Amino acid sequence: MNSTLTSTKENTWGGGDSQPLGASYGKMMMWFFLVSDALTFSGFLAAYGFSRFKFIETWPIADEVFTHVPFTHGSYPMIYVALMTFILIMSSVTMVLAVDAGHKMQKNKVIWYMFLTVIGGAIFVGSQAWEWNTFIKGDNGAVETKGGRILQFVKADSGERAALRDFAIAIPGDRVAHENKNGIWFYDEGYRPSFSVNEVVKGFKANPNILVRTETINEEGHKTILSREESLRKLKSATQVVEGANLIHNEYGSRLFGDFFFFITGFHGFHVLSGVVINLIIFFNVVIGTYERRGHYEMVEKVGLYWHFVDLVWVFVFTFFYLV
Amino acid sequence: MAHEHKLEIFRGLLKFKNNTQKIWGVLIFLSLVTAVEVILGIIKPESLTDSYFLGMKLLNWIFIILTLVKAYYIAWDFMHLRDEKSAFRRSLVWTPIFLVIYLTFILLTEADYIYEVYKDGFITWNF
Repeated sequence: MNSTLTSTKENTWGGGDSQPLGASYGKMMMWFFLVSDALTFSGFLAAYGFSRFKFIETWPIADEVFTHVPFTHGSYPMIYVALMTFILIMSSVTMVLAVDAGHKMQKNKVIWYMFLTVIGGAIFVGSQAWEWNTFIKGDNGAVETKGGRILQFVKADSGERAALRDFAIAIPGDRVAHENKNGIWFYDEGYRPSFSVNEVVKGFKANPNILVRTETINEEGHKTILSREESLRKLKSATQVVEGANLIHNEYGSRLFGDFFFFITGFHGFHVLSGVVINLIIFFNVVIGTYERRGHYEMVEKVGLYWHFVDLVWVFVFTFFYLV
Repeated sequence: MAHEHKLEIFRGLLKFKNNTQKIWGVLIFLSLVTAVEVILGIIKPESLTDSYFLGMKLLNWIFIILTLVKAYYIAWDFMHLRDEKSAFRRSLVWTPIFLVIYLTFILLTEADYIYEVYKDGFITWNF
C-alpha cells in the first residue's frame, strides 16, 4: 500500500490503515451488529404494538400481572422490575468504569469492574428466571370460554382478585389415574389444573361474594366486572380452567400477551446471558494479561458496547411491556 | 485510540471534572428518570391518564419520551457516542430511527384498522 500511495489522504481513499470514521474496524463492526440487532428488537416490539392495538380493549394491564417481589407476599406492582432495571443500569456503570480504567491501562481496576459487571448480569438473568417462573406458575387462576376469552374472579365486597382455591368446591369423583402397568401405550397424564370447571362453577354458585371479571377494559381503564346474573350466564360458556401461563393459554388475558412476554423477554434474557459469557471470557483475558501485552484494552470497550446495548434494549422493553 | 472525552452534558449546563465523575453523574440522572417513571406508573395521576394527545394517553407519551431520554444518555455517554465522529454517530443513529418510525407507523395503523374490523364487523369474536 505505502509503496504505491504517497500521501496519507490518498491512503484514506485507497482503503489503507487510516480510519475515516475515527473508529477501528472491530469497533465499527460491533456497532453495525448492534444496529441490526436493534432493528430486530424493534421488529419484535413493533409486532407487540401491532397485537396490542389490535386487541386494545382487552389487553391485560401489566400492573396487575407483575405484582410479585421475591421473599414477600402481597401486591407490589412494578417494584421488582424497577429493581431489575436498576441492577442492569448499575452493571452498565461498572462496565463503563472498566472501559475507562482500560484506557488508563489500570489492569487491576479493569479486573474488578469486569467482575462486578458479570455479577450484575448474573443477578439480572436470575431475576428474569424468577419472573418467568412466577408468570408460568400463575397466581389466581381463571377459566377460559368457548370463544377463547379469559374470565377472572373478584371479591364483590373488596374488589380484590379471588383465587380459584379460595372458593372452588371439590367434587368427589371416581377418576382413576391411568398407570403404566395398565396400558399398552402409556402416556403420562401431564399437567392438570387443580380444579375442574364444574368445581369452579359450583364454588361460584355457593359463594355470593364472587363476581366474574372479563378482559374488557372500561372507560376508567379498569377491567369490567359483571353482575351476579351476568357472571352466571358467562360461566356457562366456560370450557376449561387455566392456571398460570404457557404459549397457548394464560390466565392473565389475551393469549398473545403471554407469547410476547416469553418471546421478547426471552430474547433479551438470551442476550444478557451471552453478554455475561462474553464478559467472562474478556475478564479472564484481562486477568492473564492479554490486553496488557497487546498494549490496549479495546476488546473491553467492544464487549462494553454490547453490554450497554443490552441495557439499552431493556429500557425499551421495560417501557413498552411494563409501563405503557 | 483517542482518549479525550467530552465532559459536559445537558448542552454544557453540567461539566464534569473527569470521565469517572461523568459516569456517576449520568448514573444518578438515569436512576432519577427511572424512579420518576416507576412512581408515575404506580400512581397513574388521573390528569395524565384522562388527557389524550394524538390518540395516546399523556402518561404514555411521558413514558416514551423519558425512555428516549434514557436511551440517549446510555448511547451518548456509556457507549461513548459523544466522543465519536459525527458522521459515524449519525450513520448509527438515524438509520434505525428512520426505519423504526416507518415500521411502527405502518404496523400500528394496520392494527388499528383490524381493531375496527373486529369491532364493527358482523362476525362476533367473543361467543
